[in-house]
Amino acid sequence: MSKKITETKIEAKDLCVYYGAKQALHRISIDLFEREVTAFIGPSGCGKSTFLRSINRMNDLVPTARVTGNLYIDGVDIYHSSVDVVELRKRVGMVFQKSTPFPKSIYDNVAFGPRLNGITDRTELDKIVEESLINAALFDEVKDRLDSSAMGLSGGQQQRLCIARAVAVNPSILLMDEPCSALDPISTAKVEELILELKKQYTIVIVTHNMQQAARVSEYTAFFYMGHLVEYDKTRKIFTNPSKKETEDYVTGRFG
Amino acid sequence: MSTKRLIGIFAVGAATVAVIAIAGLVFSTMGTFLVKGLPNITWQLLSEAPRNNNTEGGIFPAIYGTTLLVLVMSILGVPIGTITAIYLNEYTRAGAVMPRVIRFAVNTLAGVPSIVFGLFGLGFFVQFLGVGLDKTFGNTEAIWAKPALIWASATLAALTLPVVIVSVEEALKNVPQEMREGSLALGATRWQTIWKIVLPNSTTGILTGSILAIGRSAGEVAPILFTGVVYSLPQLPDGVSSQFMHLGYHLFVLSTQSPDVDKTLPLQYATTLVLLMLTFTLNFAATFIRSRIRSKQFR
Repeated sequence: MSKKITETKIEAKDLCVYYGAKQALHRISIDLFEREVTAFIGPSGCGKSTFLRSINRMNDLVPTARVTGNLYIDGVDIYHSSVDVVELRKRVGMVFQKSTPFPKSIYDNVAFGPRLNGITDRTELDKIVEESLINAALFDEVKDRLDSSAMGLSGGQQQRLCIARAVAVNPSILLMDEPCSALDPISTAKVEELILELKKQYTIVIVTHNMQQAARVSEYTAFFYMGHLVEYDKTRKIFTNPSKKETEDYVTGRFG
Repeated sequence: MSTKRLIGIFAVGAATVAVIAIAGLVFSTMGTFLVKGLPNITWQLLSEAPRNNNTEGGIFPAIYGTTLLVLVMSILGVPIGTITAIYLNEYTRAGAVMPRVIRFAVNTLAGVPSIVFGLFGLGFFVQFLGVGLDKTFGNTEAIWAKPALIWASATLAALTLPVVIVSVEEALKNVPQEMREGSLALGATRWQTIWKIVLPNSTTGILTGSILAIGRSAGEVAPILFTGVVYSLPQLPDGVSSQFMHLGYHLFVLSTQSPDVDKTLPLQYATTLVLLMLTFTLNFAATFIRSRIRSKQFR
Protein backbone atom coordinates (compact mmCIF):
# COMPACT_ATOMS: atom_id res chain seq x y z
CA MET A 1 0.00 0.00 0.00
CA SER A 2 1.47 3.29 -1.02
CA LYS A 3 1.10 6.02 1.53
CA LYS A 4 1.08 9.68 0.62
CA ILE A 5 3.63 11.86 2.36
CA THR A 6 2.02 13.42 5.41
CA GLU A 7 2.73 17.01 6.21
CA THR A 8 2.17 18.71 9.54
CA LYS A 9 -0.78 21.10 9.43
CA ILE A 10 -1.27 21.84 13.09
CA GLU A 11 1.50 21.71 15.63
CA ALA A 12 1.05 22.22 19.36
CA LYS A 13 4.10 22.77 21.54
CA ASP A 14 3.75 22.63 25.30
CA LEU A 15 0.23 24.00 25.03
CA CYS A 16 -1.42 24.58 28.41
CA VAL A 17 -4.93 25.93 28.89
CA TYR A 18 -6.23 27.22 32.21
CA TYR A 19 -9.79 28.08 33.20
CA GLY A 20 -9.22 30.42 36.10
CA ALA A 21 -7.03 28.53 38.54
CA LYS A 22 -7.87 25.14 37.09
CA GLN A 23 -5.48 23.75 34.51
CA ALA A 24 -7.46 21.99 31.78
CA LEU A 25 -4.59 21.04 29.48
CA HIS A 26 -1.06 20.06 30.52
CA ARG A 27 1.76 20.72 28.06
CA ILE A 28 0.20 19.22 24.99
CA SER A 29 2.65 18.64 22.15
CA ILE A 30 1.26 17.06 19.05
CA ASP A 31 1.53 17.20 15.26
CA LEU A 32 -1.67 16.86 13.27
CA PHE A 33 -1.29 16.02 9.62
CA GLU A 34 -2.71 17.67 6.55
CA ARG A 35 -5.69 16.09 4.85
CA GLU A 36 -6.02 13.42 7.44
CA VAL A 37 -8.74 12.73 9.96
CA THR A 38 -7.47 12.80 13.50
CA ALA A 39 -9.77 11.64 16.27
CA PHE A 40 -9.56 12.84 19.87
CA ILE A 41 -10.87 10.32 22.35
CA GLY A 42 -11.01 10.19 26.12
CA PRO A 43 -13.46 10.33 28.98
CA SER A 44 -15.58 13.44 29.59
CA GLY A 45 -13.60 16.32 31.01
CA CYS A 46 -10.28 14.96 29.75
CA GLY A 47 -9.51 18.13 27.78
CA LYS A 48 -10.10 16.91 24.23
CA SER A 49 -12.78 19.51 23.52
CA THR A 50 -10.68 22.17 25.18
CA PHE A 51 -7.81 21.33 22.86
CA LEU A 52 -10.13 21.34 19.85
CA ARG A 53 -11.45 24.74 20.81
CA SER A 54 -7.97 26.16 21.19
CA ILE A 55 -7.27 25.39 17.53
CA ASN A 56 -9.71 28.09 16.39
CA ARG A 57 -9.37 30.09 19.60
CA MET A 58 -12.98 29.61 20.64
CA ASN A 59 -11.61 29.45 24.17
CA ASP A 60 -11.04 33.18 23.87
CA LEU A 61 -14.78 33.50 24.51
CA VAL A 62 -14.36 32.08 28.00
CA PRO A 63 -13.39 35.12 30.06
CA THR A 64 -11.21 33.22 32.51
CA ALA A 65 -9.38 31.11 29.93
CA ARG A 66 -5.61 31.52 29.62
CA VAL A 67 -3.26 29.80 27.19
CA THR A 68 0.49 29.22 27.39
CA GLY A 69 2.77 27.45 24.96
CA ASN A 70 2.43 27.57 21.20
CA LEU A 71 0.03 26.36 18.57
CA TYR A 72 1.13 26.61 14.96
CA ILE A 73 -1.06 26.29 11.91
CA ASP A 74 0.98 26.12 8.70
CA GLY A 75 3.93 27.26 10.79
CA VAL A 76 2.22 30.41 12.11
CA ASP A 77 1.77 30.75 15.85
CA ILE A 78 -1.95 31.48 16.15
CA TYR A 79 -1.62 32.82 19.69
CA HIS A 80 0.81 35.50 18.56
CA SER A 81 -0.54 38.99 19.13
CA SER A 82 -0.38 39.82 15.42
CA VAL A 83 -2.86 37.09 14.52
CA ASP A 84 -6.37 38.25 13.64
CA VAL A 85 -8.68 35.78 15.35
CA VAL A 86 -11.53 36.54 12.96
CA GLU A 87 -9.34 35.64 9.98
CA LEU A 88 -8.15 32.54 11.82
CA ARG A 89 -11.70 31.31 12.31
CA LYS A 90 -12.40 31.76 8.63
CA ARG A 91 -9.61 29.32 7.89
CA VAL A 92 -10.51 26.91 10.69
CA GLY A 93 -14.14 25.87 10.42
CA MET A 94 -16.02 24.30 13.28
CA VAL A 95 -19.00 21.99 13.62
CA PHE A 96 -20.57 21.75 17.04
CA GLN A 97 -22.06 18.95 19.05
CA LYS A 98 -25.48 20.56 18.94
CA SER A 99 -26.39 21.56 15.42
CA THR A 100 -26.91 25.28 15.43
CA PRO A 101 -28.56 26.42 12.23
CA PHE A 102 -29.49 30.08 12.33
CA PRO A 103 -33.24 30.71 12.22
CA LYS A 104 -32.93 31.76 8.60
CA SER A 105 -33.49 30.03 5.28
CA ILE A 106 -31.24 27.14 4.23
CA TYR A 107 -29.71 29.39 1.59
CA ASP A 108 -29.01 32.21 4.02
CA ASN A 109 -27.41 29.81 6.47
CA VAL A 110 -24.86 28.65 3.94
CA ALA A 111 -24.40 32.14 2.49
CA PHE A 112 -23.80 33.61 5.95
CA GLY A 113 -20.02 33.10 5.94
CA PRO A 114 -19.42 34.18 2.33
CA ARG A 115 -21.51 37.30 2.93
CA LEU A 116 -19.33 38.14 5.93
CA ASN A 117 -16.44 38.05 3.50
CA GLY A 118 -18.17 40.66 1.40
CA ILE A 119 -19.52 38.45 -1.38
CA THR A 120 -22.81 39.95 -2.50
CA ASP A 121 -23.00 38.87 -6.14
CA ARG A 122 -26.03 36.62 -6.41
CA THR A 123 -24.62 34.26 -9.05
CA GLU A 124 -21.42 33.81 -7.09
CA LEU A 125 -23.37 33.18 -3.87
CA ASP A 126 -25.64 30.71 -5.67
CA LYS A 127 -22.59 28.83 -6.83
CA ILE A 128 -20.98 28.73 -3.38
CA VAL A 129 -24.21 27.63 -1.72
CA GLU A 130 -24.77 24.87 -4.24
CA GLU A 131 -21.19 23.61 -4.04
CA SER A 132 -21.15 23.70 -0.25
CA LEU A 133 -24.41 21.81 -0.03
CA ILE A 134 -23.13 19.25 -2.51
CA ASN A 135 -19.93 18.93 -0.45
CA ALA A 136 -22.01 18.35 2.64
CA ALA A 137 -24.10 15.70 0.82
CA LEU A 138 -27.24 17.69 1.48
CA PHE A 139 -27.96 19.34 -1.86
CA ASP A 140 -30.25 16.66 -3.29
CA GLU A 141 -32.43 16.68 -0.21
CA VAL A 142 -32.92 20.44 -0.03
CA LYS A 143 -32.43 21.79 -3.55
CA ASP A 144 -36.16 22.44 -4.00
CA ARG A 145 -36.58 24.33 -0.74
CA LEU A 146 -33.48 26.46 -0.32
CA ASP A 147 -35.67 29.36 0.76
CA SER A 148 -37.49 27.50 3.51
CA SER A 149 -36.35 27.73 7.12
CA ALA A 150 -33.38 25.66 8.23
CA MET A 151 -35.20 24.98 11.48
CA GLY A 152 -37.54 22.66 9.60
CA LEU A 153 -34.75 20.23 8.71
CA SER A 154 -34.21 16.98 10.59
CA GLY A 155 -31.38 16.73 13.13
CA GLY A 156 -29.07 14.95 10.70
CA GLN A 157 -29.84 17.41 7.92
CA GLN A 158 -29.23 20.32 10.29
CA GLN A 159 -25.83 18.92 11.20
CA ARG A 160 -24.92 18.52 7.53
CA LEU A 161 -26.18 22.05 6.94
CA CYS A 162 -23.75 23.22 9.63
CA ILE A 163 -20.98 21.38 7.79
CA ALA A 164 -22.05 23.06 4.53
CA ARG A 165 -22.03 26.40 6.31
CA ALA A 166 -18.53 25.74 7.61
CA VAL A 167 -17.08 24.67 4.24
CA ALA A 168 -18.74 27.62 2.47
CA VAL A 169 -16.02 29.98 3.76
CA ASN A 170 -13.44 27.63 2.27
CA PRO A 171 -11.42 26.75 5.36
CA SER A 172 -8.44 24.41 5.28
CA ILE A 173 -9.21 22.79 8.62
CA LEU A 174 -12.51 21.44 9.94
CA LEU A 175 -12.95 20.94 13.66
CA MET A 176 -15.79 18.68 14.72
CA ASP A 177 -16.89 18.55 18.33
CA GLU A 178 -18.85 15.30 18.75
CA PRO A 179 -20.77 16.01 15.55
CA CYS A 180 -22.84 12.83 15.72
CA SER A 181 -23.63 12.57 19.40
CA ALA A 182 -27.17 13.87 18.89
CA LEU A 183 -27.86 11.93 15.69
CA ASP A 184 -29.56 8.64 14.96
CA PRO A 185 -27.48 5.79 13.44
CA ILE A 186 -28.54 6.49 9.86
CA SER A 187 -27.70 10.18 10.06
CA THR A 188 -24.47 9.26 11.82
CA ALA A 189 -23.52 6.94 8.97
CA LYS A 190 -24.20 9.73 6.49
CA VAL A 191 -22.03 12.20 8.39
CA GLU A 192 -19.22 9.65 8.72
CA GLU A 193 -19.35 8.94 5.01
CA LEU A 194 -19.17 12.67 4.49
CA ILE A 195 -16.12 12.99 6.74
CA LEU A 196 -14.26 10.42 4.66
CA GLU A 197 -15.19 12.39 1.56
CA LEU A 198 -14.21 15.74 3.08
CA LYS A 199 -10.76 14.62 4.14
CA LYS A 200 -9.68 14.79 0.50
CA GLN A 201 -9.86 18.56 0.83
CA TYR A 202 -9.66 19.35 4.51
CA THR A 203 -7.61 18.55 7.55
CA ILE A 204 -10.21 17.19 9.95
CA VAL A 205 -10.04 16.94 13.71
CA ILE A 206 -12.93 15.16 15.34
CA VAL A 207 -13.76 14.76 19.00
CA THR A 208 -15.81 11.67 19.66
CA HIS A 209 -17.06 9.51 22.48
CA ASN A 210 -17.79 6.75 20.07
CA MET A 211 -14.84 4.39 19.82
CA GLN A 212 -16.18 2.67 16.71
CA GLN A 213 -16.59 6.03 15.06
CA ALA A 214 -12.98 6.95 15.76
CA ALA A 215 -11.93 3.60 14.33
CA ARG A 216 -14.10 4.05 11.23
CA VAL A 217 -13.26 7.58 10.19
CA SER A 218 -9.80 8.44 11.49
CA GLU A 219 -6.29 7.69 10.40
CA TYR A 220 -4.75 8.97 13.64
CA THR A 221 -6.10 8.93 17.16
CA ALA A 222 -5.07 10.89 20.21
CA PHE A 223 -6.10 9.68 23.64
CA PHE A 224 -6.52 12.36 26.30
CA TYR A 225 -6.85 11.72 29.97
CA MET A 226 -7.08 14.24 32.83
CA GLY A 227 -5.77 17.05 30.66
CA HIS A 228 -2.78 15.11 29.41
CA LEU A 229 -2.13 13.68 25.99
CA VAL A 230 -1.54 10.08 26.92
CA GLU A 231 -0.97 8.52 23.54
CA TYR A 232 -1.05 9.58 19.92
CA ASP A 233 -0.57 7.16 17.10
CA LYS A 234 -2.12 5.56 14.05
CA THR A 235 -5.71 4.69 14.86
CA ARG A 236 -5.13 1.04 14.08
CA LYS A 237 -2.28 0.90 16.56
CA ILE A 238 -4.24 2.71 19.28
CA PHE A 239 -7.10 0.26 19.00
CA THR A 240 -5.16 -2.95 18.51
CA ASN A 241 -1.86 -2.52 20.21
CA PRO A 242 -1.65 0.63 22.38
CA SER A 243 1.65 1.35 24.14
CA LYS A 244 0.10 2.70 27.31
CA LYS A 245 -1.92 0.85 29.88
CA GLU A 246 -4.47 3.70 30.28
CA THR A 247 -5.14 3.74 26.57
CA GLU A 248 -5.74 0.03 26.51
CA ASP A 249 -8.07 0.24 29.50
CA TYR A 250 -10.05 3.01 27.84
CA VAL A 251 -10.38 1.55 24.34
CA THR A 252 -11.33 -1.83 25.72
CA GLY A 253 -14.00 -0.15 27.81
CA ARG A 254 -12.56 -0.91 31.18
CA PHE A 255 -13.18 2.67 32.29
CA GLY A 256 -14.44 5.95 30.90
CA MET B 1 -61.98 17.79 62.73
CA SER B 2 -58.22 18.04 62.79
CA THR B 3 -56.41 21.36 62.99
CA LYS B 4 -54.65 20.66 59.72
CA ARG B 5 -57.94 20.34 57.93
CA LEU B 6 -59.28 23.48 59.53
CA ILE B 7 -56.23 25.41 58.38
CA GLY B 8 -56.71 24.01 54.90
CA ILE B 9 -60.34 25.07 54.77
CA PHE B 10 -59.44 28.49 56.13
CA ALA B 11 -56.70 28.97 53.53
CA VAL B 12 -58.99 28.06 50.66
CA GLY B 13 -61.67 30.34 52.08
CA ALA B 14 -59.26 33.27 52.43
CA ALA B 15 -57.99 32.75 48.90
CA THR B 16 -61.53 32.68 47.53
CA VAL B 17 -62.42 35.90 49.33
CA ALA B 18 -59.26 37.58 48.00
CA VAL B 19 -59.98 36.47 44.45
CA ILE B 20 -63.58 37.64 44.63
CA ALA B 21 -62.47 40.98 46.09
CA ILE B 22 -59.96 41.57 43.31
CA ALA B 23 -62.28 40.43 40.56
CA GLY B 24 -65.03 42.55 42.06
CA LEU B 25 -62.75 45.57 42.19
CA VAL B 26 -61.67 45.20 38.57
CA PHE B 27 -65.13 44.50 37.23
CA SER B 28 -66.88 47.21 39.21
CA THR B 29 -64.30 49.80 38.15
CA MET B 30 -64.28 48.69 34.55
CA GLY B 31 -68.04 48.23 34.62
CA THR B 32 -68.64 51.73 35.92
CA PHE B 33 -66.47 53.29 33.26
CA LEU B 34 -67.92 51.07 30.55
CA VAL B 35 -71.53 51.75 31.49
CA LYS B 36 -71.10 55.46 32.06
CA GLY B 37 -68.38 56.11 29.52
CA LEU B 38 -69.40 54.08 26.50
CA PRO B 39 -72.60 56.03 25.70
CA ASN B 40 -70.56 59.23 25.75
CA ILE B 41 -67.96 58.04 23.28
CA THR B 42 -69.13 59.71 20.13
CA TRP B 43 -67.50 60.70 16.91
CA GLN B 44 -67.72 64.27 18.10
CA LEU B 45 -65.76 63.38 21.24
CA LEU B 46 -63.02 61.65 19.32
CA SER B 47 -62.67 64.21 16.57
CA GLU B 48 -63.32 67.65 18.03
CA ALA B 49 -61.46 70.07 20.25
CA PRO B 50 -62.82 71.06 23.67
CA ARG B 51 -65.10 74.09 23.72
CA ASN B 52 -66.52 76.43 26.27
CA ASN B 53 -63.83 76.04 28.94
CA ASN B 54 -63.54 72.27 28.48
CA THR B 55 -67.17 71.65 29.34
CA GLU B 56 -68.24 70.80 25.80
CA GLY B 57 -66.78 69.42 22.60
CA GLY B 58 -64.33 66.57 22.32
CA ILE B 59 -60.89 65.45 23.37
CA PHE B 60 -59.16 65.05 20.02
CA PRO B 61 -56.18 67.30 20.86
CA ALA B 62 -55.56 65.24 23.99
CA ILE B 63 -55.65 61.95 22.05
CA TYR B 64 -53.39 63.47 19.41
CA GLY B 65 -50.99 64.84 22.03
CA THR B 66 -50.82 61.56 23.94
CA THR B 67 -50.14 59.59 20.76
CA LEU B 68 -47.43 61.99 19.63
CA LEU B 69 -45.89 61.96 23.11
CA VAL B 70 -45.52 58.17 23.31
CA LEU B 71 -44.31 58.02 19.72
CA VAL B 72 -41.49 60.52 20.28
CA MET B 73 -40.76 58.83 23.60
CA SER B 74 -40.32 55.47 21.84
CA ILE B 75 -38.05 56.98 19.20
CA LEU B 76 -35.87 58.45 21.95
CA GLY B 77 -36.01 55.67 24.54
CA VAL B 78 -36.07 52.37 22.65
CA PRO B 79 -32.70 52.74 20.88
CA ILE B 80 -30.97 53.83 24.08
CA GLY B 81 -32.55 51.01 26.06
CA THR B 82 -31.68 48.47 23.36
CA ILE B 83 -28.06 49.58 23.18
CA THR B 84 -27.79 49.44 26.97
CA ALA B 85 -29.24 45.93 27.00
CA ILE B 86 -26.81 44.85 24.26
CA TYR B 87 -23.92 46.26 26.23
CA LEU B 88 -25.04 44.53 29.43
CA ASN B 89 -25.78 41.19 27.83
CA GLU B 90 -23.23 40.90 25.03
CA TYR B 91 -20.20 42.93 25.99
CA THR B 92 -19.81 42.53 29.72
CA ARG B 93 -19.40 39.48 31.82
CA ALA B 94 -21.33 38.86 34.99
CA GLY B 95 -19.65 40.24 38.07
CA ALA B 96 -17.63 42.98 36.36
CA VAL B 97 -17.87 46.46 37.87
CA MET B 98 -19.39 48.41 34.97
CA PRO B 99 -22.49 46.25 34.40
CA ARG B 100 -23.14 46.15 38.13
CA VAL B 101 -23.05 49.91 38.31
CA ILE B 102 -25.39 50.17 35.32
CA ARG B 103 -27.78 47.56 36.69
CA PHE B 104 -27.86 49.37 40.01
CA ALA B 105 -28.63 52.60 38.19
CA VAL B 106 -31.40 50.96 36.16
CA ASN B 107 -32.98 49.42 39.25
CA THR B 108 -32.80 52.73 41.06
CA LEU B 109 -34.36 54.45 38.08
CA ALA B 110 -37.26 51.99 38.23
CA GLY B 111 -37.96 52.97 41.84
CA VAL B 112 -37.90 56.74 41.45
CA PRO B 113 -41.35 58.34 41.91
CA SER B 114 -42.68 59.77 38.68
CA ILE B 115 -43.06 63.29 40.04
CA VAL B 116 -39.32 63.30 40.68
CA PHE B 117 -38.84 62.47 37.02
CA GLY B 118 -41.01 65.48 36.23
CA LEU B 119 -38.81 67.76 38.28
CA PHE B 120 -35.69 66.18 36.81
CA GLY B 121 -37.06 66.81 33.33
CA LEU B 122 -37.73 70.42 34.16
CA GLY B 123 -34.30 70.92 35.66
CA PHE B 124 -32.23 68.95 33.19
CA PHE B 125 -34.03 69.08 29.86
CA VAL B 126 -35.87 72.39 29.98
CA GLN B 127 -33.60 74.54 32.07
CA PHE B 128 -30.24 72.99 31.24
CA LEU B 129 -30.44 71.45 27.75
CA GLY B 130 -33.09 73.88 26.51
CA VAL B 131 -31.30 76.97 27.70
CA GLY B 132 -28.04 75.58 26.35
CA LEU B 133 -29.58 74.95 22.93
CA ASP B 134 -31.06 78.43 22.74
CA LYS B 135 -27.72 79.96 23.67
CA THR B 136 -25.88 77.83 21.13
CA PHE B 137 -28.20 78.81 18.31
CA GLY B 138 -28.36 82.41 19.49
CA ASN B 139 -32.15 82.45 19.81
CA THR B 140 -33.39 85.71 21.24
CA GLU B 141 -36.68 84.26 22.43
CA ALA B 142 -36.98 80.90 24.14
CA ILE B 143 -37.57 78.16 21.56
CA TRP B 144 -36.16 75.18 23.43
CA ALA B 145 -35.94 76.63 26.92
CA LYS B 146 -39.59 76.06 27.70
CA PRO B 147 -41.75 73.01 28.36
CA ALA B 148 -42.21 71.15 25.08
CA LEU B 149 -43.23 67.84 23.55
CA ILE B 150 -39.60 66.80 23.10
CA TRP B 151 -38.72 67.39 26.75
CA ALA B 152 -41.84 65.61 28.02
CA SER B 153 -41.02 62.69 25.72
CA ALA B 154 -37.41 62.62 26.89
CA THR B 155 -38.54 62.60 30.52
CA LEU B 156 -40.91 59.71 29.84
CA ALA B 157 -38.16 57.91 27.95
CA ALA B 158 -35.95 58.14 31.05
CA LEU B 159 -38.85 56.87 33.16
CA THR B 160 -39.48 53.85 30.95
CA LEU B 161 -35.83 52.99 30.25
CA PRO B 162 -35.79 50.16 32.83
CA VAL B 163 -38.81 48.51 31.17
CA VAL B 164 -37.15 48.58 27.76
CA ILE B 165 -33.79 47.37 29.05
CA VAL B 166 -35.30 44.44 30.94
CA SER B 167 -37.47 43.30 27.99
CA VAL B 168 -34.66 43.53 25.47
CA GLU B 169 -32.22 41.76 27.79
CA GLU B 170 -34.72 38.96 28.25
CA ALA B 171 -34.98 38.61 24.48
CA LEU B 172 -31.19 38.63 24.08
CA LYS B 173 -30.84 35.94 26.73
CA ASN B 174 -33.35 33.87 24.77
CA VAL B 175 -30.92 33.62 21.86
CA PRO B 176 -28.97 30.40 22.47
CA GLN B 177 -25.27 30.78 23.15
CA GLU B 178 -24.56 28.07 20.54
CA MET B 179 -25.95 30.36 17.88
CA ARG B 180 -23.46 33.07 18.78
CA GLU B 181 -20.65 30.53 18.77
CA GLY B 182 -21.80 29.21 15.40
CA SER B 183 -21.55 32.69 13.97
CA LEU B 184 -18.23 33.52 15.62
CA ALA B 185 -16.77 30.20 14.43
CA LEU B 186 -17.55 31.26 10.86
CA GLY B 187 -15.33 34.27 11.30
CA ALA B 188 -17.97 36.82 12.21
CA THR B 189 -16.86 39.60 14.50
CA ARG B 190 -18.69 40.14 17.73
CA TRP B 191 -20.59 43.08 16.30
CA GLN B 192 -21.50 41.16 13.11
CA THR B 193 -22.82 38.38 15.30
CA ILE B 194 -24.96 40.80 17.27
CA TRP B 195 -26.17 42.62 14.18
CA LYS B 196 -26.90 39.61 11.98
CA ILE B 197 -27.80 36.86 14.42
CA VAL B 198 -28.68 38.16 17.87
CA LEU B 199 -30.69 41.28 17.04
CA PRO B 200 -32.85 39.77 14.26
CA ASN B 201 -33.87 37.13 16.78
CA SER B 202 -34.70 39.75 19.38
CA THR B 203 -36.92 42.07 17.37
CA THR B 204 -40.04 40.76 19.06
CA GLY B 205 -38.46 41.46 22.46
CA ILE B 206 -37.59 44.98 21.41
CA LEU B 207 -41.15 45.45 20.18
CA THR B 208 -42.56 44.11 23.45
CA GLY B 209 -40.27 46.46 25.36
CA SER B 210 -41.51 49.47 23.46
CA ILE B 211 -45.17 48.51 23.82
CA LEU B 212 -44.75 47.92 27.55
CA ALA B 213 -42.98 51.25 27.87
CA ILE B 214 -45.81 52.97 26.02
CA GLY B 215 -48.42 51.19 28.12
CA ARG B 216 -46.59 52.17 31.28
CA SER B 217 -46.19 55.79 30.31
CA ALA B 218 -49.34 56.65 28.35
CA GLY B 219 -51.26 57.43 31.52
CA GLU B 220 -48.42 59.08 33.45
CA VAL B 221 -49.12 62.72 34.24
CA ALA B 222 -46.53 63.68 36.82
CA PRO B 223 -43.45 63.47 34.55
CA ILE B 224 -44.99 65.70 31.91
CA LEU B 225 -46.56 68.17 34.30
CA PHE B 226 -43.61 70.56 34.25
CA THR B 227 -42.08 69.50 30.98
CA GLY B 228 -44.67 70.07 28.28
CA VAL B 229 -48.33 69.41 28.94
CA VAL B 230 -50.83 72.24 28.94
CA TYR B 231 -54.37 72.87 30.06
CA SER B 232 -55.73 73.80 26.68
CA LEU B 233 -54.34 74.74 23.29
CA PRO B 234 -55.74 76.83 20.47
CA GLN B 235 -54.17 74.52 17.87
CA LEU B 236 -52.53 71.13 17.61
CA PRO B 237 -48.78 70.91 18.28
CA ASP B 238 -46.85 71.50 15.07
CA GLY B 239 -43.40 70.33 16.12
CA VAL B 240 -41.37 68.80 18.92
CA SER B 241 -40.86 72.21 20.52
CA SER B 242 -44.63 72.78 20.83
CA GLN B 243 -46.63 72.14 23.93
CA PHE B 244 -49.43 69.61 23.85
CA MET B 245 -52.59 68.33 25.52
CA HIS B 246 -52.73 64.92 27.15
CA LEU B 247 -55.52 62.49 28.10
CA GLY B 248 -54.41 61.96 31.68
CA TYR B 249 -53.82 65.62 32.36
CA HIS B 250 -57.04 66.51 30.59
CA LEU B 251 -58.87 64.21 33.00
CA PHE B 252 -57.31 66.01 35.92
CA VAL B 253 -58.31 69.34 34.44
CA LEU B 254 -61.87 68.18 33.76
CA SER B 255 -62.39 66.86 37.25
CA THR B 256 -60.76 69.59 39.32
CA GLN B 257 -60.13 72.72 37.28
CA SER B 258 -63.41 73.11 35.48
CA PRO B 259 -65.86 75.90 36.41
CA ASP B 260 -68.64 73.33 36.27
CA VAL B 261 -67.39 69.90 37.26
CA ASP B 262 -70.82 68.26 37.14
CA LYS B 263 -71.29 69.33 33.56
CA THR B 264 -68.05 67.63 32.57
CA LEU B 265 -68.92 64.28 34.16
CA PRO B 266 -69.89 62.54 30.90
CA LEU B 267 -66.67 63.82 29.35
CA GLN B 268 -64.69 62.55 32.32
CA TYR B 269 -66.11 59.05 32.02
CA ALA B 270 -65.52 58.97 28.29
CA THR B 271 -61.95 60.29 28.61
CA THR B 272 -61.15 57.73 31.30
CA LEU B 273 -62.48 54.95 29.12
CA VAL B 274 -60.40 56.09 26.13
CA LEU B 275 -57.27 56.22 28.31
CA LEU B 276 -57.98 52.80 29.82
CA MET B 277 -58.63 51.28 26.42
CA LEU B 278 -55.37 52.69 25.14
CA THR B 279 -53.22 51.26 27.97
CA PHE B 280 -55.11 47.95 28.14
CA THR B 281 -54.78 47.38 24.42
CA LEU B 282 -51.06 48.09 24.54
CA ASN B 283 -50.44 45.86 27.55
CA PHE B 284 -52.48 43.09 25.99
CA ALA B 285 -50.54 43.39 22.75
CA ALA B 286 -47.25 43.18 24.66
CA THR B 287 -48.36 40.10 26.60
CA PHE B 288 -49.58 38.46 23.42
CA ILE B 289 -46.36 39.11 21.52
CA ARG B 290 -44.29 37.96 24.48
CA SER B 291 -46.15 34.66 24.78
CA ARG B 292 -45.70 34.16 21.04
CA ILE B 293 -41.92 34.64 21.32
CA ARG B 294 -41.67 32.15 24.15
CA SER B 295 -43.62 29.47 22.36
CA LYS B 296 -42.34 29.91 18.82
CA GLN B 297 -38.74 30.98 18.96
CA PHE B 298 -36.17 28.23 18.55
CA ARG B 299 -38.96 25.71 19.13
